[in-house]
Amino acid sequence: MKIKKTDHMQYMDGMEAIESDFMEKVLTAMKEYDYDQYSSRDVETALNKAQLSIEDYAAILSPAAMPYLEDMARKATAETRKHFGNSVSLFTPLYIANYCENQCVYCGFSITNKINRATLSMQEAEDELKAIAATGLKEILFLTGESRLKSGVEYIGETIKLATKYFSTIGIEIYPLNTEEYAFLHSCGADFVSVYQETYNTDTYELVHLRGSKRSFPYRFHAQERALLGGLRGVAFGALLGLDDFRKDAFAAGLHALLIQQKYPHAEISFSTPRLRPYINNAENNSKDVHEKQLLQVMLAYRLFMPYAGITISTRERAGFRDHVIGMVATKMSAGVSVGVGGHSEEQKGDEQFEISDERNVKEVHQMIRSKGLQPVFTDYIRV
Amino acid sequence: MSDMLTIGGHTFQSRFILGSGKFSLEIMKAVIEHGEAEIVTLALRRANTGGEENILDYIPKEITLLPNTSGARNAEEAVRIARLSRELGCGDFVKLEVIHDSKYLLPDNYETIKATEILAKEGFIVMPYMYPDLYAARSLVNAGAAAVMPLGAPIGSNKGLSTKDFIQILVDEINLPIIVDAGIGRPSQACEAMEMGVDAIMCNTAIATANDVALMAKAFKQAIEAGRAAYLAGLGRVLNFKAEASSPLTGFLED
Ligand code: SF4
Repeated sequence: MKIKKTDHMQYMDGMEAIESDFMEKVLTAMKEYDYDQYSSRDVETALNKAQLSIEDYAAILSPAAMPYLEDMARKATAETRKHFGNSVSLFTPLYIANYCENQCVYCGFSITNKINRATLSMQEAEDELKAIAATGLKEILFLTGESRLKSGVEYIGETIKLATKYFSTIGIEIYPLNTEEYAFLHSCGADFVSVYQETYNTDTYELVHLRGSKRSFPYRFHAQERALLGGLRGVAFGALLGLDDFRKDAFAAGLHALLIQQKYPHAEISFSTPRLRPYINNAENNSKDVHEKQLLQVMLAYRLFMPYAGITISTRERAGFRDHVIGMVATKMSAGVSVGVGGHSEEQKGDEQFEISDERNVKEVHQMIRSKGLQPVFTDYIRV
Repeated sequence: MSDMLTIGGHTFQSRFILGSGKFSLEIMKAVIEHGEAEIVTLALRRANTGGEENILDYIPKEITLLPNTSGARNAEEAVRIARLSRELGCGDFVKLEVIHDSKYLLPDNYETIKATEILAKEGFIVMPYMYPDLYAARSLVNAGAAAVMPLGAPIGSNKGLSTKDFIQILVDEINLPIIVDAGIGRPSQACEAMEMGVDAIMCNTAIATANDVALMAKAFKQAIEAGRAAYLAGLGRVLNFKAEASSPLTGFLED
């Protein structure tokens, strides 16, 4: 059967479909989620529980919970301490390519955006890896645009193999893959996969993903499951806050993660909480209704709902915000970040994906973590 | 002075084992000193060997390292991590942790038994972290474990001795040191476990999350000592109860 490439709820050629009813479950629950119906009483009930139900989660994500941010923060801090102690993990992202065949209206790498494109050669990749390793970091996250042509799975696998010489933990934030491809990258040395659904509202999803393979909503949705089936160890979830109704999106992301955790109890679950950021040729692109207060609410809700999940705070946020959310909710932060292709060893080769807010290097971030009585952790994983 | 803890042929004065996973490195030393711990766990996955922030640099030389296999999801991974720790010069002790659940972090007894068998044969002093189940504990004994480390409550929960009755069964039936690992949230709970006849206590979160970690380490040390003393003293009382009373209550019986 030939599938029309433009139908965002269909799979495209070559995309593997797996048996799973999670998408229906999440979409149905999200549709039914009417956050205005929650009262302060619901929030209080939720905050008094040791283990939050889905209903409780819905309540603490609602506007009624806004006056309870302080209480939530206190509870979250205790939960974070309980599960992660004083630790804050450090990593850095490395963009190995910025070619992209997709057109997403919120992203600097979009195919129609005129920017400098590049893919790192193996030599350049190695230089970058060495430069990053020299800062003491042991965890790296590989990123690419979504181009199977310019940054294919084989290529990514090669760079991962290189990275195993210098890093103990390797994550990938690339286009969604089939199970076997995930298994291949796992065999090269990758263990953690991040796939952000961006928005769980399928109508908005269609409007902001104009062309390319990313248009297939279900293929992206099931990426975490395919990654785990491929043997990966951990998966990260995220909604791009501000793209659509952020409460509904966060609710869906939490539920999505919960379902995965229940089906794959060994999976290490984590969340990222990106907000819209300005990018090249689009300085205005910003989240309008997700201010720091709302962003924090989402982070706190993730923490209280899934206290054992990692939460990453990105360099998209300003230093002051980042410094306060570690220890409280965030368990992992990036440092020494460049969001262009290359740029750690020598000149940056390709333009950036978005603007970052926290420009501190590894040493500075390290010192900041220490000064808060927390423990910067460079390595928290053994490849066996 | 003769009341020593013996594990795998090594003897220790202190019955307080410190878990190190949740501390800031620079306060480790103070905690070890105040708690007078002689054994400190080391998450191998955290050992940043050769790099910055190596936890090994913060643990005094005279301390016995108890490297753990945290991060292992099955027996095979645990065995590999244990071998790696020996290669890195961390000694023969290994605290076996095999966890296949990211939410509750409960140990997988079945995989733990398998790994114990392999590692004990290779000469490791294996201290398996386990869910307190009598059958599993017996299997661990047969597999060559040097101690068994049942959980008191889920890791980090500070809930104390949720599994008390089952730990008591292990204390009564298993002829190896029983070390309560995980869940102990207060010195009083450590004391209670020691009174039950547990041989040692391992503690991490409860100390790491205290306002004054050094003082809390001291409180644990004292509680563990008090519990041990009570247990030893209690033994006497049990014997008294069984011993012949000076004027027997049943002495009036004639035929
Ligand atoms: S968000 Fe990803 S897929 Fe979309 S344009 Fe940017 S890099 Fe390409």
